[in-house]
Amino acid sequence: MKSPQHAVLDGNEAAASVAYRASEVLAIYPITPSSTMGELADAWAAEGRPNLWGALPEVVEMQSEGGAAGAVHGALQAGALATTFTASQGLLLMIPNMYKIAGELTAFCMHVAARTLATHALSIFGDHSDVMACRQTGFAMLASGSVQEAHDLAAVAHAATLRSRVPFLHFFDGFRTSHELAKIVLLPDALLREMLDGSGILAHRERGLTPDRPQLRGTAQNPDTFFQAREAANSYYTALPATVQEAMDQLGAATGRAYRLFDYVGHPEAERVVVLMGSGAEATHEVVEHLVAAGEKVGVLKVRLYRPFSVEHFLAALPATTRSLAVLDRTKEPGAVGEPLYQDVVAALHEGGREGIAVTGGRYGLSSKEFDPPMVAAVFDALQAGAPARRHFTVGIVDDVTHLSLPVDAAWNPAEPGRVRAVFYGLGSDGTVSANKNSIKILGADPDVTVQGYFVYDSKKSGSVTTSHLRFGKDPIRSSYLVREAEFVACHQFPLLFTIDVLERAADGGVFLLNAPYPAGEVWDRLPREVQERITARHLRLFAIDAGKVARDSGLGHRINTIMQTCFFALSGVLPRERAVAAIKAAVEKTYGARGTEIVKKNFAAIDATLAGLHPIEVPPGPTSQAHVRPPVSEDAPDFVQRVTSAMLAGRGDLLPVSAFPVDGTWPVGTSRYEKRNIAQEIPVWDQDLCIQCNKCALLCPHATIRAKIYPQAENAGAPPGFRSTAFKSRDHVDVAYTLQVAPEDCTGCGVCVEVCPAKDKANPRRKALRMEPQEPRLPAAREHWSFFLSLPDADRASVRLDVKGSQLLPPLFEFSGACSGCGETPYVKLLTQLFGDRLLIANATGCSSIYGGNLPTTPYTTNREGRGPAWSNSLFEDNAEFGLGMRLALDSHVRQARALVAQLAPDLGEEAQALLDADQSSEGAIAAQRERVTRLRQRLPALDSPEAARLAQLADYLVEKSVWIVGGDGWAYDIGFGGLDHVLHSGRNVNILVLDTEVYSNTGGQQSKATPTGAVAKFATRGKALPKKDLARIAMGMGHVYVAQVAIGARDAQTVRAFLEAESYPGPSLILAYSPCIAHGYDLVHGPEQQRLAVESGVWPLLRFDPRRNATGEPPLQLDMQAPKTSPAVFMGNEARFRMLEKSDPARWQALLEEAKREAAARWAVLEQLARVSLPVPTP
Amino acid sequence: MDLRTTYLGLELPHPLMPGASPLPDLLDRARRLEDAGAAAIVLRSLFEEQIVQDDLSAGLHVEGPMESYAEALSYFPSPESFALGPFEYLEHLRRLRAAISVPLIASLNGTTLGGWLEYAQFLQDAGADALELNVYRLPVSDQEDGMEVERETVEMVRAVKHTVRVPVAVKLSPFYTSLPAFAARLSGAGADGFVLFNRFLQPDIDVEELRAVPQMELSHPEELRLRLRWLAILSGSYPGRLAASGGIHDSRGVIKALMAGAAAVQVVSALLIRGIDYLTVLRQELESWLTEHEYTSLRQMQGSMNLAGCPNPGAYERAHYMRILQSRHGE
Repeated sequence: MKSPQHAVLDGNEAAASVAYRASEVLAIYPITPSSTMGELADAWAAEGRPNLWGALPEVVEMQSEGGAAGAVHGALQAGALATTFTASQGLLLMIPNMYKIAGELTAFCMHVAARTLATHALSIFGDHSDVMACRQTGFAMLASGSVQEAHDLAAVAHAATLRSRVPFLHFFDGFRTSHELAKIVLLPDALLREMLDGSGILAHRERGLTPDRPQLRGTAQNPDTFFQAREAANSYYTALPATVQEAMDQLGAATGRAYRLFDYVGHPEAERVVVLMGSGAEATHEVVEHLVAAGEKVGVLKVRLYRPFSVEHFLAALPATTRSLAVLDRTKEPGAVGEPLYQDVVAALHEGGREGIAVTGGRYGLSSKEFDPPMVAAVFDALQAGAPARRHFTVGIVDDVTHLSLPVDAAWNPAEPGRVRAVFYGLGSDGTVSANKNSIKILGADPDVTVQGYFVYDSKKSGSVTTSHLRFGKDPIRSSYLVREAEFVACHQFPLLFTIDVLERAADGGVFLLNAPYPAGEVWDRLPREVQERITARHLRLFAIDAGKVARDSGLGHRINTIMQTCFFALSGVLPRERAVAAIKAAVEKTYGARGTEIVKKNFAAIDATLAGLHPIEVPPGPTSQAHVRPPVSEDAPDFVQRVTSAMLAGRGDLLPVSAFPVDGTWPVGTSRYEKRNIAQEIPVWDQDLCIQCNKCALLCPHATIRAKIYPQAENAGAPPGFRSTAFKSRDHVDVAYTLQVAPEDCTGCGVCVEVCPAKDKANPRRKALRMEPQEPRLPAAREHWSFFLSLPDADRASVRLDVKGSQLLPPLFEFSGACSGCGETPYVKLLTQLFGDRLLIANATGCSSIYGGNLPTTPYTTNREGRGPAWSNSLFEDNAEFGLGMRLALDSHVRQARALVAQLAPDLGEEAQALLDADQSSEGAIAAQRERVTRLRQRLPALDSPEAARLAQLADYLVEKSVWIVGGDGWAYDIGFGGLDHVLHSGRNVNILVLDTEVYSNTGGQQSKATPTGAVAKFATRGKALPKKDLARIAMGMGHVYVAQVAIGARDAQTVRAFLEAESYPGPSLILAYSPCIAHGYDLVHGPEQQRLAVESGVWPLLRFDPRRNATGEPPLQLDMQAPKTSPAVFMGNEARFRMLEKSDPARWQALLEEAKREAAARWAVLEQLARVSLPVPTP
Repeated sequence: MDLRTTYLGLELPHPLMPGASPLPDLLDRARRLEDAGAAAIVLRSLFEEQIVQDDLSAGLHVEGPMESYAEALSYFPSPESFALGPFEYLEHLRRLRAAISVPLIASLNGTTLGGWLEYAQFLQDAGADALELNVYRLPVSDQEDGMEVERETVEMVRAVKHTVRVPVAVKLSPFYTSLPAFAARLSGAGADGFVLFNRFLQPDIDVEELRAVPQMELSHPEELRLRLRWLAILSGSYPGRLAASGGIHDSRGVIKALMAGAAAVQVVSALLIRGIDYLTVLRQELESWLTEHEYTSLRQMQGSMNLAGCPNPGAYERAHYMRILQSRHGE
């Protein structure tokens, strides 16, 4: 027999590896944390990898999970072996088809990386709330708790469904299992074939619909028959548990890994038992072993087959000695007697006559909340006393409101003998996680070594902090929780010492590796005092390297990953040094070999130079530093931010009690300004003499960190030294000063402002009115300047012209978001808040814009001095147009009622009533006047003392027009939300739709959408997209009554501002398609504006406005805001990796698709040019 | 008519070939070039920057954002499955080699003595019958001494010749203090021939935006004169080792280049303007002209008008320059 083949992979790959091999059709749609399964399947298909029977599976990306479910349903009906992957909201969208698939007794297995359902908030993390919503569909449900199990039980599920005809939902915990790297034993093709082959497949094929043997399914049944027919399938469910056990036994016989429907681990005469499923069972398993060794009679019952729930097997697995039982559910069902698993267990015990057992039910681990040994111990402790204190409890949080939470002794820390545990802090951009994944693979290559890697990312897309948790050992690693105590801690970014407690997890006597941009002799004194104290108190051995210098000297730029990886191996002793260096080099060769020898050589040079640059640092007996860690938020932050936001930013959010939170997910706005991130190494510096005051820099700044203000000259009196100010260049304003100011601690340093600055020194055009300079030396003064700048009065909205320049004199009400550095979407969102922010409602589709718009800890939407600002909400991904329409309907209803009440009260209100009703609100001045009327109205209403006046008081503010904007990305507008978008456009209602078009699913990691252009490489379009982008503008123009604009703010900013104003003023539906550069395009986003210009000039992205109002005067409604394309799309495409990847990997296909792209651009222009000449007859009165 | 020629030791049926350009980037077009009768095919240049810099940066933009954000651990299909490096050039060369029977001349473009030179061997191994080493060097610093610039180029040639056995031609610019002396040193270092000349990128200036605009225009027929002069001067010393490149737009130009001493004539702009089949026309016209003018073979014409053979060699030299200027002055 061949020795088993090992591999280091994550839970997603473990499951997908089986699913792909066992399938012929895969219909998929990206959703975190399951996206990787679909991406892998697509990549495997693209490289021609066959399934178990030598056929190449069909992999198709659908427009939504609902679509994917429909497609697999069809494939199954036509006799194919099909699968799909999903999670969370995606799984909910599949439920209707799941009922059908199960009702038709269809052999099918889907794989779910279980994730939290959005309730009071969205969460991408793991729990069982999604799969629990499927327990009534008729699907069998099989739970895996580890990466190996995700692989093994995937095979069991695929085998059992073919044998039983009952469809399977195989699931494992999102992130904790789906993203954990572990070494597993792979299931060979031969074994999978053995498990799957046989009558099951043949029978499945024979049930397939074919005109050669016609059958009919999907009838409509009536009261006379439906019920009986529904009961006809019962026997299949009765037989299923035995079938699953049989498949498990078959796998066990071949691999030695035995599984039971309910696996019991613990003392054979256990008195206290915990029942749960998923990864939490592994942590519990670990604790049980520890407690049993200490003589305690405890055990854990791992539920694997949850549906159908076999009472018989459950009772058989439970020790007869059990006296108390805690059932843990990783979900919440508000209002139920208990959570689902609890209810099943109670019912099973009742049915089995085991009522004597005391049962409690607990919730744990929602949204990937840690579930670690102290929490498990707390659950066992709670079972200790004969009658448990609480029937229902929570564990892992502090509930100081309903007092359900169990007390946890966080200090209880069972040893992990024989393990090396390491924690690494780094930035996303420095390659720390990649290096650690690589180290795990290197160590995992040793047949005797077990490995585990888990990675935590913060919620920001720019300058995000990553924490890597690694374990190495000889025994199986069941620790499904973060490393609590590490023998090795590394901090790859020196500034993190000032913001995060990086030594929190350092074990006494451990090693602390620090990347410090200083000579070894200076390192100690540069540390913050708190860090020095920790090092001393925990007797840490400190080592430092200037990895940045080694990287620069080796020509690697700022990528320090291989250097820090070499240090890890050198210091941790997990491998002999020479072997480690050879292994790292081999890995470099593998990773970069395809990229050319030069990059390999540079990495080799860096690895060789590393050890010479690594120095032990002598630790003095006590702290010497006067520097301290920085508070997470600024001192002026309000109470909520100080109490709650601050703790979250400091990584102590887990400690916040229930009482700290709003009950319904409502969150205060304007909190991002208190988080001073200081991530820019360089910030823009303004030369007021060269500046032409065009404000393009402020317009295109993705983070609202460079701002312009005009204010009375006299205000300068209190300016701090060095504050720059100059006369405002305007004929309409006298004695007015102008200042351009950067927020030094909020800027991300993307450099877009400098790039777009058109003001050049005529004698030395390289010198612009803005230039980037190092942040640190400028910080003290710049901080004061920013503070003074904020204190200056804002421009009067009514006195500013709403054009490119004027709009930027208005305060942005969207600032310092967590978007990527150089983000191409956020300038549009910011502009929206400047133009209409004080009367703006935003419905935001899930995606990048909902994440940087509303991903805690901080919130970027904010208010103006009067306290007005955008009201923002995210419902779902698929329903955003409808969600926004609902807001419009509510507003229209409010306005109608308010106007009726004003009319009713007119005799009391006098002339003001008519003025309120007739008010023109087409300009900022007119709106201000109406606001004043409403203020006066409010003052008068109490005196009227009538029910009508009281009702009008509630609604009066709606007499000032509000602006509804429906914002989302192309994945929403072109794909999953298109049906709703189409309907809302057809509704004719006054809504404005802003599509931030990055031409790809950005938030989930670059999957193609129908907005992806010809020739672009994306996930699910590995060989380059062969079909053109959907022309949403023309679809909307075809409706005739929709205002449509296609804009690119970096190419023609004035056209963008104009389109926003026209769309807002248009009394019907408006659609703006906004071209948005994105990191998924693969180039330095500082060139985003230039790429937009090229996209426009090459005809790839024509600028247009279609205004149905122009029909009234006989003008053509379509206006093209550009000349005929004058460059080739090849110029635009050649600058972006998304196109160049194809050019380099498949030149012939690239050439063909490039020609196609050129043809499309020419055709698009030809059609638009003709349409722009079409005018409609003016209706005669 | 016997149109045979020898260039870099390659026995060719005639001297016409497409010069370094994107023309053979596609297999299909390369086949059409062969069908049009190309005596050899020169591939587009593989740049030092492509080998060294560009691929680092391409990798960075794909890898840079990876592993930063929980929902999107990457933004592209696995970058490891894409050869972002210069390997596709080698791969393309291999495919061409398998499909095309005429000699293939690969082109390397760079300026420094560095690791990229090892690609010369890769190109040879991938099936190149000869190499063109394009030394496009643009000194912008007052620290770049002329002697040093030339020395480095000579060393580059020596390094390449050290690693490959196929012939290597050096594609030069016309701007050297003494081209004959420099050519002699390059020849001493092993250069098998010279391509006269490469064409410089000549940026334009956008006076509104105050920025330089990089531009590459197709060649003009007038550019041939410079080539003719230096072909005439050098060809006596390097028979069978010179190619004319730049400014050849018709058969007259071909004839002139051959008379000045070119062993091979490279055409690019004319093919881009008039299509690949124009190569056939050029060969036919060349043949007709030779027949009409009662030449017995192409070799009879080759170098006939060079510095050694020309009845009035002074026209290539300084004395003639003086006379022309003075005669114009006298008009």
